[in-house]
Amino acid sequence: MVMITALANPKRFLDFSRTVLPWTCAAAVILLGVGLYWSLFATPPDYQQGQSVKIMFVHVPAAWMGIFIYGVMAGASLVGLVFRHPLADVAAKSAAPLGAAFTALALLTGSLWGRPMWGTYWQWGDARLVSELILLFIYLGYIALWNAIDDPVRAARAAAVLALVGAADVPVIHFSVDWWNTLHQPASILRLGGPTIDKSFLTPLLIMIVGYTFLFLWLWLLRMQTEILERRARSLMMARGA
Amino acid sequence: MKAFTALLSRDMRLAFRAGGGASLAAAFFALVSALVPFGVGADLALLGRIAGGVLWVSAALAALLSLDRLFQADFEDGSLDVLALSPLSLEAASAAKILAHWITTGLPLVVLSPVLGLLLNLPPPAFGALVGSLLIGTPALSAVGAIGAALTLSIRRGGLILALIVLPLITPALIFGAGAVSGVFDETGRGAFLFLAAFSVAAVALSPFASAAGVRLNVGG
Repeated sequence: MVMITALANPKRFLDFSRTVLPWTCAAAVILLGVGLYWSLFATPPDYQQGQSVKIMFVHVPAAWMGIFIYGVMAGASLVGLVFRHPLADVAAKSAAPLGAAFTALALLTGSLWGRPMWGTYWQWGDARLVSELILLFIYLGYIALWNAIDDPVRAARAAAVLALVGAADVPVIHFSVDWWNTLHQPASILRLGGPTIDKSFLTPLLIMIVGYTFLFLWLWLLRMQTEILERRARSLMMARGA
Repeated sequence: MKAFTALLSRDMRLAFRAGGGASLAAAFFALVSALVPFGVGADLALLGRIAGGVLWVSAALAALLSLDRLFQADFEDGSLDVLALSPLSLEAASAAKILAHWITTGLPLVVLSPVLGLLLNLPPPAFGALVGSLLIGTPALSAVGAIGAALTLSIRRGGLILALIVLPLITPALIFGAGAVSGVFDETGRGAFLFLAAFSVAAVALSPFASAAGVRLNVGG
């Protein structure tokens, strides 16, 4: 907590992020490199799905990041709304496009995986994939709201309220889609990343998840830095103009 | 309470007299539903099967129609500032506006829905579920919609963003509402109905607070 309050100062945050940035980048590159090699070349093909099971190693972490980043965004929004701190607003704003990108990646890899597994690119019978689609729309609405309001303080607060409303609604949406899915489920369906994962798959999958997380941290810090510098440049320009 | 009813009746009078609020949403609802057979063909069996879902989707779209003016009109002419300064809390004011929106938009849809059910060959036993689910579910559309309306009230031509914000959030109402209609023949309809009611109650209870937060950040300060 002490560390967070200390970092709330944008200047100190910039110094901190400049030192941390190369490390998160290195961690992401190493983990993703190891994880990709391990998962693509060092794991056996599935007895049922063959090589296409390896899409799981890029799909599941992306899907997980989509949800995780929404949580980060909602947390930052809550802090921004309660403590009125601009850095929290910057954090939430910078996280959103990354969350949307990971969610889109999850949908893309999911449908590419679905092609050999289900025979179609899209299967409404998979509740998790359908929920991710709705989540993507929520991200897009959030980003659109940010862009539509000119005043950054108002935009931040409006977006924060939306993020929190969404955070309350996303579990309900997932539940409703799940319920709907049991109703319309086709006779036989293989669920993506089914409940039982062989142990030889689990370690590379975990490495990939941690790798994705570091990739997110790296890009997130970079975006936050850029946003802070952009705001500073804008206020300098305004000061010169006035 | 007196201020609440005064605001309610003012908003309803405004909706009925200016811009033909109630009839407009109902006409849109009817039009969208009537266009569906042109899109999917005149097969009565198919229409009967999808009628519940179609009517629920068009109801959700019709409820969005007048939402963008819910707070925006008052924001533009300054009455929202007066409301913010009045002893009536913004939460109560939001609740009054949600109620007014539901009475002028949601209720006409409920009344009109059986006629459109006939048009789309909805199976006779499902009529009760259709009217009941719309009666219980449309308040959720107004309530969640009000949050979007409050957040976008300062945006010119914010209607599209409003739709982008609100539609994903009301997915549960759509799923359970359409599920309640299509589930009349088995036991799933009852569950859908109860879930819809729960979603609606939660939305109506929580929305005034989120909407008031949205209004507050836009007026003053």
